[in-house]
Amino acid sequence: MPTHSTSGPAIEARDLVKTYSGGRGEERIRALDGLSLTIARGEVFGLLGPNGAGKSTTVKILTTLARADSGEALVDGIDVTRHAADVRHRIGLVSQKPGSDPMATGRENLTLSGRIYGLSAAATRNRADELLARFGLDRAADRLAKTYSGGMARKLDVALGLMHRPSVLILDEPTTGLDPEARVEMWHEIETLARNEDTTVLLTTHYLDEADHLADRLAIIDRGRVVAQGTPDALKGELHGDTILFEVDSPATALIVAQRFNGLSGLSDITTQGRAIRARAEDGASALPIVLAHLEQAAIPVVSATVSRPSLDDVYLRYAGRAFTKENS
Amino acid sequence: MSTLITHSTRLTVRSVRQLVRQPAFVVSTLVQPAIWLFLFGQLFKDVIEIPGFAPAGTTYLEFLTPGVIAMTVIFSATWAGTVYVQDMERGVMDRLLASPVSRGAMMNGTLAYQSIVTVAQAGIILALAVVAGARYDGGALGVVLTLFAAVLLTVVFASLSNALALLTRQQESLIGISQLLSLPMAFLSSAIMNIRLAPVWIQTIAKYNPMDWCVVVARQTLSSTPDWGAVWPRLGALTGLALVMGWLATRAFAAYQRSS
Repeated sequence: MPTHSTSGPAIEARDLVKTYSGGRGEERIRALDGLSLTIARGEVFGLLGPNGAGKSTTVKILTTLARADSGEALVDGIDVTRHAADVRHRIGLVSQKPGSDPMATGRENLTLSGRIYGLSAAATRNRADELLARFGLDRAADRLAKTYSGGMARKLDVALGLMHRPSVLILDEPTTGLDPEARVEMWHEIETLARNEDTTVLLTTHYLDEADHLADRLAIIDRGRVVAQGTPDALKGELHGDTILFEVDSPATALIVAQRFNGLSGLSDITTQGRAIRARAEDGASALPIVLAHLEQAAIPVVSATVSRPSLDDVYLRYAGRAFTKENS
Repeated sequence: MSTLITHSTRLTVRSVRQLVRQPAFVVSTLVQPAIWLFLFGQLFKDVIEIPGFAPAGTTYLEFLTPGVIAMTVIFSATWAGTVYVQDMERGVMDRLLASPVSRGAMMNGTLAYQSIVTVAQAGIILALAVVAGARYDGGALGVVLTLFAAVLLTVVFASLSNALALLTRQQESLIGISQLLSLPMAFLSSAIMNIRLAPVWIQTIAKYNPMDWCVVVARQTLSSTPDWGAVWPRLGALTGLALVMGWLATRAFAAYQRSS
């Protein structure tokens, strides 16, 4: 059995390629196209991208549920393909869909999980009690999981993933489908997780604010590749200046405006999307009046204009060549 | 090996617990065979009078009971894949596959659970038949071998159902095989009728029908003078088929994972 390496990264993926059959006569779908990642021990790492970008496929390969066509993935320095059984002891998976048995109680779910991972009866009992208390599920512990609310069920899922103290916990879209209140609560749980559990957390999400809020570092993935990687602040910092966003009355007008902007000094990265025009300016507050005056002179009515600090949406736009929210809706 | 047994046992207990928490389902799994026993028993009561149908003194209820056991097995076991379909619809399947639980243990868990259901059902059918006046002279050995044959038949069809669940991921496909197999297999066997009174082509098919193997083993071992020459080859064939089907169904996990 390969030895536990405590010095290297928690997860390392190199040039992962995965294709799926696209159906009879169709070309194969390239879900991963040379994806590489390095996730340090103890960090919360966000994998951000729209549906279909390759997040779930990456999770499947790292959790031994699928095999890459080529490339290599290591968890704790252990190859996920060659030593799958060993890797399974080190990872905890919280998949997108609810992972509990609805006809078992919260405690029974945790007990089964503990015993599956080889914990003794006493260790299982203690760990289950600890996690039930941690996630505020102690009073619901002996109720069937099918009676749990969405937020409670999600917490039970995370507790299930933590039962055996994995060195890497993988959360696949942990807040999708939760109501806003439960989502904030889950964020809070995830924030304290890495601190209290001495575990590395890999989190996939298609919510920009979630990645921004939770991840120590993140990778933006698009069409099966990592297009940008770093801390949320560093990624945003790469974009100099501010974003100016205009809205006009029609897409046709937007194109005309964009053309005019191209001639203006101080504006860069000009893109349009429907009736919106987006541009970057070194100092948005002083650029805005100049631009507005210019448009007024040209008799182009402006519906709205905003200046903002760079967001992850801008980062995404920059690297994927299109705005995140539109792509995702 | 001990891990495999521990995991298999844990998963079996999980399914049994699920079952007993649905009392309506428990009742229906026990009532259905009872209804068959008495409906078929009454409907065909007098066929026993046909010369050569059964040894003198045998009642149709006595003849029919092994048939109802086998029919019940097919009806229940073809639904075995439901556990997987439900686990796939939730994230339970992925969580288990990403855990140290082996595919073999996951297969054993559902097969052992189905076998427990079969033993309970078959035991109750036998008891009801005795209460209704049937006499079985094969004694304890006859009952044990009957239950054993029923368990083997369960493994064959539960494996088929599990494999289909893994390949299609749809409850509908299980409904399909259940509907498609249950009654035709019963009619192409000696479950309800003495096969020697059936057309030759049905007799030929029955020879290769695993359900008929189970019926013959049960009927012979429950009688006062079992024809062991008929019992052992069929028991052997059932054992072999059960092992092959269980192995093939476990292989279906690979197909499931390739396509996921």
